[in-house]
Amino acid sequence: MTRTILICSGKGGVGKTTLTANLGIALARLGQRTAVLDADFGLRNLDLLLGLENRIIYTAQEVLADSCRLDQALVKHKQEPNLALLPAGNPRMLEWLKPEDMQRIVGMLAEQFDLVLIDCPAGIEDGFKNAMAAAREAIVITTPEVSAVRDADRVIGLLNSQGIQPIQLVLNRVRPKMMANQEMLAVDDVTDILALPLLGLVLEDEQVIVSSNRGEPLTLNGNQSPAALAYGNIARRICGEEVPLLDPAKVRDGLRAKLGRLIHTKIF
Amino acid sequence: MALRDFIDKLLGRQPASATTARQRLQLVLAHDRSDLNPELLDQMRREILEVVSRYVEIDLEEGDVTLETEDRVTALVANLPIKRAKAVPQAAISHAGA
Repeated sequence: MTRTILICSGKGGVGKTTLTANLGIALARLGQRTAVLDADFGLRNLDLLLGLENRIIYTAQEVLADSCRLDQALVKHKQEPNLALLPAGNPRMLEWLKPEDMQRIVGMLAEQFDLVLIDCPAGIEDGFKNAMAAAREAIVITTPEVSAVRDADRVIGLLNSQGIQPIQLVLNRVRPKMMANQEMLAVDDVTDILALPLLGLVLEDEQVIVSSNRGEPLTLNGNQSPAALAYGNIARRICGEEVPLLDPAKVRDGLRAKLGRLIHTKIF
Repeated sequence: MALRDFIDKLLGRQPASATTARQRLQLVLAHDRSDLNPELLDQMRREILEVVSRYVEIDLEEGDVTLETEDRVTALVANLPIKRAKAVPQAAISHAGA
């Protein structure tokens, strides 16, 4: 049975596409036949992060219009043949896909793949609703900032109303030092407010920018940076493996971190 | 309350911004989830107080009607300290209801 997983956030720029690209590669490396569908065709970027921008010829729209076959539109990753990208559409095409179109295209992908990751557009309008129509489970990604958490909450409300289950949370751009100083929402604050199980924590990591510059996701080349390890762990958890979650308080275990913990001990 | 919050209070400093973020989020999400804007909530609060005060004398200063959220469930919480029950004649009730 193919799993169709929506990757969404509400707010833009919190790391949906980066997560999709890295999970796509990591899951493919774990032996899962994985398709990543870029549902954001107005402003698509998944191709760029995967380094596949020059190889797109057709999109899901041509497949739906019967102008090409699905395997012609799928862009296989050269280094990771278990992974294929399908862009939903062409930025120049003005006609939007409908929820039924997304369901049809994901249904076609389900015949050939174990996992379909759907990279959602930002917002909660039609683009998001189309993408949501085609998914059975969801990963909500957010950062420990008030605007991102608020938008994630709206998205979770919509996912709940569609009966999407399970919905899991990825907390991105975590800065342990700021959390220790209580100048950033704590992990528990976010999971309590959103009431979702935590699928993974990703530390703020400069390597993410370096990898997007190159079009080579961090999970592709066995990179050992904190974000690369986090994405790898999330992929293993998706496959059902039990991998312990990172504790941001233990990341910098110097005297300051210890003092930080002391000063934040609950006294009453 | 964490030690840091306590020290901040002693020194009259602003609390750490994470505390402020948490409080602001809880409030804004309660409104987002219930689709009630502060104005509507205030109107509802006034009407609830009005209805309740027909039956019992309530402390309007202490009374409070708020939205609280826990585990994605939002509840309307009314905390209305009763000073004393009013001896309301039956007729007055039907009159008030009319």
